[in-house]
Amino acid sequence: MHGFANPARFLRIARWLMPLCMGVGLVVAALALGWGVLLAPAERLQGETVRIMYLHVPAAWLGMAGWMGIAAASFTELVWRHPLAAIAARACAVPGAVFTAVCLVTGSLWGRPAWGTWWVWDGRLTSMLVLLFLYFGWMALSQASQSSDGTENRAPAIFGLVGAVNVPIIHYSVIWWNSQHQPPSITMGKSAMSGDFLVPLLAAMVGFTLIFAGVVLARMRAILADQQAEARLRRKAFSEVEF
Amino acid sequence: MREAMDPWTFVAASYAIGVGATLAMVAWALLTMRRAEKRRDESRKR
Repeated sequence: MHGFANPARFLRIARWLMPLCMGVGLVVAALALGWGVLLAPAERLQGETVRIMYLHVPAAWLGMAGWMGIAAASFTELVWRHPLAAIAARACAVPGAVFTAVCLVTGSLWGRPAWGTWWVWDGRLTSMLVLLFLYFGWMALSQASQSSDGTENRAPAIFGLVGAVNVPIIHYSVIWWNSQHQPPSITMGKSAMSGDFLVPLLAAMVGFTLIFAGVVLARMRAILADQQAEARLRRKAFSEVEF
Repeated sequence: MREAMDPWTFVAASYAIGVGATLAMVAWALLTMRRAEKRRDESRKR
């Protein structure tokens, strides 16, 4: 892992990996969504509204994966002081928050015809809403704790680790508490879903995960470039003051 | 009496919001990356 600690080495990899992830992700996600809308069958009980699943489930997965990315980067930052860890955490925040918001909105749009209501304050929906607020809080703290040299990252890293406790709560909420939301259909190595639904769903998850990875790499490149430009301008300003 | 709802309205709204938000995020990420790298390259030249 420390092999990637050198930003120049990271940039060499990110320059070809970012467009590859984004391009393949956009194509795979578009094909999967087209498959889900046009070719996949309607579900026996839910009818056509089951097609919302091909967006809602990948968004839910990436909302949680985004925070796990922040938590893993925070741990790496606190333990090893890896120079790219704080940048990776900052890069995960916006795509994670966007997918969490998409999950909540598409879930609400699915809930209205399926449950007869836009929203219920049950464990799953509430813990997902808490995740969105955690993202907002983390982004505000990260922005506020940036010192002039961009090195103060301990407070957001601790917040990132503490906030990770919400992710298993989201996952197990439908098992621990009574909920309008259905229990998980896909668990490790098992699926209660027919292949007609499962294959386009997995394809959509792969496509959106690649898009997420591409966005994170693009954000890391942007943050690194901003820091490099700032450092250069600061050095120049100091040298002008000295002479 | 159960309210009659067109399921496609909800499906279309979900896809418009989900796909729109994803594409907007991709465009924003690429644009901010380009701007930041251009700014860094210009700071090198100065």
